[in-house]
Amino acid sequence: MSATETWGIGAPLKRKEDDPLLRGRGTYVDNIDLPGTVVMVVVRSPYAHARITSIDTSAAKAAEGVVAVYTGADLRDDWKAAMPCAWPVTEDMKNPEHFPLAVSEVNYQGDGVAVVLADTRAHAVDAAELVDVDYEVLDAIVDVAAAAEDGATLVHEELGTNVSYVWPLESGTFDESADVIVKHTYIQPPLIPNAIEPRGVVARPEPGGDVTLWSATQIPHILRLLTAATLGMSETKLRVIAPDVGGGFGSKLDVYAEELLAVAIARRLGTPVKWIEERSENALATIHGRDFVTTLELAATKDGKITSLRANVIASMGAYLQLVTPGIPLLGAWIYAGPYEIPNYSVTFTGVFTNTTPTDAYRGAGRPEATYVLERTMDLLAKELGMDRVELRRKNFITEFPATIASGLTIDSGDHHASLDRLLEHLGLEELEAEQQARRDRGDTKQIGIGFSTYNEMCGLAPSRILGAIRYAAGGWETATIRCLPTGTFQVVTGTSPHGQGHETAWSQIVADQLGCDPSEVEVLHGDTSISPYGLDTYGSRSLPVGGAALWSAGEKIIEKAREIVAHQLEVAADDLEYEAGTFTVKGSPDKEMTVKGAAWAAFAAHNLPDGMEPNLEATATYDPPNFSWPGGAHAAVVEVDTGTGDARLIRYVAIDDVGTVVNPLIVDGQVHGGITQGIATALYEEAIYDEDGNLANGTMAMYLVPSAAELPSYELDRTETKATDHPFGAKGVGETGTIAAAPAVINAVIDALSHLGVTDIQMPATPERVWRAIEEAQQ
Amino acid sequence: MHPVTLTVNGARHELELEPRDLLVHVLREQLSLTGTNIGCDTSSCGACTVLLDGQSVKSCTILGVQADGAAITTIEGLATGGELHPVQQAFHDHHALQCGYCTPGMVMAAVSLIENGEAGDRDSIRSGLEGNLCRCTGYHNIVEAIAEVAGATS
Amino acid sequence: MIPASFDYEVAESVEHALALLGADPDAKVLAGGHSLVPALKLRVSRPSKLVDIGRLSDLAYVRDAGSQLAIGALTRHAAVQGDPLLQEHCPIVSSTAGKVGDPQVRHRGTIGGSLAHGDPASDLPAVILALDAELVIVGAGGERTVAAADFFTGVFQTAVGPGELLTEIRIPKLGDATGWSYLKYHRRAQDWATVGVAAIVHRDNGTATSASVALTNMGGTTLRAASVEAAVAAGSSPAEAAAHAAEGAEPASDTAASAEFRAHLARVLTERALMEALA
Repeated sequence: MSATETWGIGAPLKRKEDDPLLRGRGTYVDNIDLPGTVVMVVVRSPYAHARITSIDTSAAKAAEGVVAVYTGADLRDDWKAAMPCAWPVTEDMKNPEHFPLAVSEVNYQGDGVAVVLADTRAHAVDAAELVDVDYEVLDAIVDVAAAAEDGATLVHEELGTNVSYVWPLESGTFDESADVIVKHTYIQPPLIPNAIEPRGVVARPEPGGDVTLWSATQIPHILRLLTAATLGMSETKLRVIAPDVGGGFGSKLDVYAEELLAVAIARRLGTPVKWIEERSENALATIHGRDFVTTLELAATKDGKITSLRANVIASMGAYLQLVTPGIPLLGAWIYAGPYEIPNYSVTFTGVFTNTTPTDAYRGAGRPEATYVLERTMDLLAKELGMDRVELRRKNFITEFPATIASGLTIDSGDHHASLDRLLEHLGLEELEAEQQARRDRGDTKQIGIGFSTYNEMCGLAPSRILGAIRYAAGGWETATIRCLPTGTFQVVTGTSPHGQGHETAWSQIVADQLGCDPSEVEVLHGDTSISPYGLDTYGSRSLPVGGAALWSAGEKIIEKAREIVAHQLEVAADDLEYEAGTFTVKGSPDKEMTVKGAAWAAFAAHNLPDGMEPNLEATATYDPPNFSWPGGAHAAVVEVDTGTGDARLIRYVAIDDVGTVVNPLIVDGQVHGGITQGIATALYEEAIYDEDGNLANGTMAMYLVPSAAELPSYELDRTETKATDHPFGAKGVGETGTIAAAPAVINAVIDALSHLGVTDIQMPATPERVWRAIEEAQQ
Repeated sequence: MHPVTLTVNGARHELELEPRDLLVHVLREQLSLTGTNIGCDTSSCGACTVLLDGQSVKSCTILGVQADGAAITTIEGLATGGELHPVQQAFHDHHALQCGYCTPGMVMAAVSLIENGEAGDRDSIRSGLEGNLCRCTGYHNIVEAIAEVAGATS
Repeated sequence: MIPASFDYEVAESVEHALALLGADPDAKVLAGGHSLVPALKLRVSRPSKLVDIGRLSDLAYVRDAGSQLAIGALTRHAAVQGDPLLQEHCPIVSSTAGKVGDPQVRHRGTIGGSLAHGDPASDLPAVILALDAELVIVGAGGERTVAAADFFTGVFQTAVGPGELLTEIRIPKLGDATGWSYLKYHRRAQDWATVGVAAIVHRDNGTATSASVALTNMGGTTLRAASVEAAVAAGSSPAEAAAHAAEGAEPASDTAASAEFRAHLARVLTERALMEALA
């Protein structure tokens, strides 16, 4: 094995991040203990919709250890702007004014109404119970489809409607006279992301009016920009640090009330302010995902060629528009046709307010919602056509790349047949089908089903021009700096902000591969706006596709400058140098060589550089991706369904993903494992359940069913590797693929297990009760 | 306030505790052992798992005063010298952690499971981890890591 | 997750515990704490004082008492699960203790604490009820023995009155002719039972001559499935008898299941439990 194979791009290098985390030396926000800290607790509305008629804080203010109590009215003048929404998806999008604490009306259970600051957490919790809020309770609306109808109870009366926006995308005309049209409506319930570390912030006032904010965030850079804007501070006065962050999955991709409150109050009090979210609080106060009702129609010829697709999507915004709430549905807008060539394409999105926790990005963000309805409908269409479901998929795959799809984007690369072929090699479909038939023949209580999901997705957010065209407020570039230090080590500064993904390891491998060093010689700095002034952070499977490409581009700049230095030092023409893995050699004189490390020393010493060249070997690159990243693949789920109890359980899960060039297969497999698990959880276990008054009925980890190891099987993974042509070294995103692919595979499998009983539909999550009712209804 | 003696990672501590102080808060805030994390408030997630007199327990569900006289091992006390405990090493080798937040509790639960002889095969390992939630790894590599240390047969 | 303030005293003996409890009507008994501490953390329980009986180590035991086994109330679930006497003479108790909570819970939670908590979703009450166990309660007036049928009096309510302690559980030894099963349906392994069924079946030549069947989470307390028992005694098959499982039960509807689905689960699990006990 060559050195590159053990540590360069493609090597299963064990992670550099692990050691402190394994020893209990992580730096999560709750571990930050600054002298003089006051602890903040938020008093939250118990009602989903109410007017605040009065707040009496006197008892709380008099309680032991209390430093201050503030209501929304007390802090109203601290906000120079409302809470930010960075994605006004249409010109006339309705966006209700939203402040970190409600002033006159609460619009979801958990909406903050006051904060208590005390010397200890216990005193703050005790005093928070003494804040006396009088509410006039109003009717609430929870169901997103009902909220979209005329005459519905209004979340924000001043808007006159619950509809925030309608956003259509149309290309071609739906073939109403096609041989076959299938149409089905799907409910995708609200989900609670449940990163195991709840959110938390510490804000420390610094001399001169500056503030340092530590937050369990995915987006320190965006957070700094928007916190400064909301508080009317100079951006230079605010430093944001994302320390070790215990998972995000989109839920820490936001600008939250507590971040703004902590900064504002730290400035008021002149002491550090700390807020740590409790888990049950997280269920209300951190964004939810999904909550879609989607009707999908596919039209096809009788031999199975799909000609048209039409989707009508009603998406809940929850009570307010958070950072990118309205844009989340749109992130799927271009891929409702998935990996299939469908010439006529029409999708319409209606964003609707409800009296529930605001929605925003949750792993996959818009793309699981699209893939779920498509892959479910592919099975329905196969059944309607009397065609094999695998064959139907094959028949419609896009095969020529680059492919410009009906929704208007261009997919640079892919090979869906290869993924599906590989899946079938692993699956043993014939044996499974024989087993299924045998169980059916003997009337076994436990039936098995096999479900497929062939998918693609667009990630790697995102080309800035496209973001501009769809009205997102910022760009989608990423930046990286490489400093070649005189000792032959390398310092990397990245604008991405990992929270479990292993960027320190993967970025080290990229630099090691490109500049010829050992990964241990690379230091990767991230997550601190004072260290990396520019960056657009980590979400949407963008870090490797965009941040990794920026790093690669910086490496290319290093090589080019080093080439000039080496040519000068060796007294040859730059064109006479060949470069490989960190070493320049002179063509025809292989004994004459010099490394990048050698060039770094020469650039540092600066004794003998080309005329006019700046000392030091350092480069910064900002990379704006020319295209989205387009991973894809083929997944299959095998479930066993107990027809007595309705219990559906995974017994096998096979995933073939094509994420292009793999930098570190350990990390990639880990991303796929975790992604699949969240998709399985969506399919079988998880759902935020509200009653009709808007009370969250299962807002604890005891009742919201994040699955454990005991509910899940080990997974079978493999890959095909079709390099991205629109990426400098062929990589594609992988953070969300598993979640995007898994849910429909699992539900298709559950339905397959029960199809002989006449079951054709089960809503997610496929709880035992839903399975039982589906069987009962089919039998009638 | 109640006088409480705890031996934590071999070191004896004489503390004055409020009865309502949870063991996890005592470890984190009074002894600055912040390796033990808090992930929920309903004894569900297991992030706060430590060993109490050698057995895995959820330190969020034990009052500090209840632990008076007990010997506690936290994640900080698992490695000997610079060397990782075999379970820690296996988690590293198998990429059994991503964000790392559930990891201390998961490792302590695994240590207890292995020491109690309850990790003989992957099914037992999965059952034995029923009280520990991870959101990143999908458990696949955690199970592999524990299976290696336990010498699991299947 | 910070409890409201309370006072705390360690009981040095049963008598001491009774005296402490007698002195404060709002005091609560703390054993392993795995029912009480979660309630304290959410502040749904706000006692004035906790009387910690956790150090009364002479209440942690399993003893042979002739035709019965006696289990000390402070015996932890893990100890019950692994106890050789129980495994030999009444394995439904040891096996079910192994289904409570998760390993960490079983390392701390006690059988007495679990029973005295009176949670209708807990597993052990149904087993105790199906076994016609006896529970020993001590109070200022002395010791009394209560039949399991009289022990569970309401949601989170038992025959253990204010100022009293549950000290011992007495269960019968099951002979070779007695089969048993406890089946629990729950979504996740760590979850409480959506529905559970405990069945003790007296067998003769592969058929059931009589059965005691008790249900978990099918009402405000664990309850006997009397119609099932009557049907078994009258010679019905497990399937026929199980059809009566939900008769008289008034299960709750919650986020885990509707009352209607719980009734269905009770029927399905009862049939399976009877079959398993017969096997």
